[in-house]
Amino acid sequence: MIWPEEWADMARRTSAVLPLGRDAPSRFLPWVFALMVYLAVLALTGVLILHSAVERWQRGEVGTLTVQLMPVEGESEAARLALVQNLLGEIEGVLDIRVVSQSESLDLIERWLGAGNVPNDLPLPRLIDIDVAPGSGLTADSLALNLKASLPGVSVDDAKEWLDRLADFGRSLELLALAVVVLIGLAAVATVIFTTRMGISIHRNVIELLHLIGARDGYVAAQFQRQAMMLGLRGGVLGIVFALATLYGLRHVASRLDTPLAPDIPVAHWAWALLAAVPVVTSLIAMITARITALRELAKMP
Amino acid sequence: MGPEVLHDVTFEINPGEFRYLVGPSGAGKTSLLRLMYLAMRPSRGLISMFGSDVMMARRKELVALRRKIGVVFQDYRLLNHLSALDNVALPLRVAGAKEAEIQTHVSELLAWVGLADHIHALPESLSGGQKQRVAIARAVITRPRLLLADEPTGNLDEVLGQRLIRLFEELNKIGTTVVIATHNQNLVARNPHPVLALGSGEIHADDLAGRVG
Repeated sequence: MIWPEEWADMARRTSAVLPLGRDAPSRFLPWVFALMVYLAVLALTGVLILHSAVERWQRGEVGTLTVQLMPVEGESEAARLALVQNLLGEIEGVLDIRVVSQSESLDLIERWLGAGNVPNDLPLPRLIDIDVAPGSGLTADSLALNLKASLPGVSVDDAKEWLDRLADFGRSLELLALAVVVLIGLAAVATVIFTTRMGISIHRNVIELLHLIGARDGYVAAQFQRQAMMLGLRGGVLGIVFALATLYGLRHVASRLDTPLAPDIPVAHWAWALLAAVPVVTSLIAMITARITALRELAKMP
Repeated sequence: MGPEVLHDVTFEINPGEFRYLVGPSGAGKTSLLRLMYLAMRPSRGLISMFGSDVMMARRKELVALRRKIGVVFQDYRLLNHLSALDNVALPLRVAGAKEAEIQTHVSELLAWVGLADHIHALPESLSGGQKQRVAIARAVITRPRLLLADEPTGNLDEVLGQRLIRLFEELNKIGTTVVIATHNQNLVARNPHPVLALGSGEIHADDLAGRVG
């Protein structure tokens, strides 16, 4: 167990022997980190949004087909609906049939056009959602072929097909956003390497003196690693505060859009915890990078 | 590689000796001291310190060797952002000494060199002589086995200069080997000890070797 006075001893032994806080790299590093953490948090939020959207699309819509019944002049809509339900009931592989009400259809249209903007005489198709038994082989094309013989103006939409394409696109974007996060991490590492080398170059005389009075490389490297961690943390906190403010603003705007395109900004606790961990992880990366860089550079000294 | 500053330099300093390293400016005194306090390694030749071959020693081994050596630099090399106390405490801190011991020992030593009232002063607020005393205190705080001093009395008045030579002599009596590089002939005459004379990068005279080159 380490007692408080031993902690104090340790702190004094390693504290601020190198005047790192006063040099140019130390002044500029927190701002760079703030920007990087800001961008990383936004990119990571993008990953989380896309991930949950892709999951939702794939989970909710598998095995469903939608029949669209366009209005035909001179024919009763109710009779056509009854006919299509009868026909569907006889087709093997159809598990469940649900007629979408006209008010639901109107609601779907209004999300795109805005409430009250749908003309009264706009011919709305009637929609019938069908659950298909897995492995039945029933496709949109085969179902349309079956129905068209008895019902002109009918079409069948396979939601899964375009949702799969959408999910593929979503996954590509997800990978792209992850690549951006990785690139930001690499940029942070490169920045720390650069500033540590610069710091060693600026304080070469003091470091040489420390060596001459018996300091180990680890003692000198500890000064750089602590400085990098503190600056990383300071910049990281600044970056995440701005990033969370941005996300809060976006969420507020999105909640007022009331459209299916509005982004679903993650609300799960683990997602927020993940975002909050970004500055901590960044400062740890900065600390480790500074230590490795310092030890490598110090090994080149006499 | 630049011109060879030292060549055909062969000498031996035994434990417990007190030596002056004398010679005109440019004779190579500082370069020889830099080799001795392990700030650089020779381009060729052999240096053996405390039984270890410096040329062959690994970096980690150099740390142990350096902790046996105290150095008073000609330009003091104090850290301007640290107080006199923290400057003197540095060799103890890097060696992992307890803070309570550090405070006691450093305060006593600073009082001994006449800086009791300047313990918390930054080097910038000290005179040249005061800085030099802080540098000397830092060099001797760990009671090194070898003390190397480059013009240690250069900025001190005669009284204080004599007092510091007494400190070196006392350290020498309790076993510290002392080598003082100086061009102050009065200092050498007043406090006689064997001399190693350098000129043009060569040994010109070695009192203990009994030769004049």
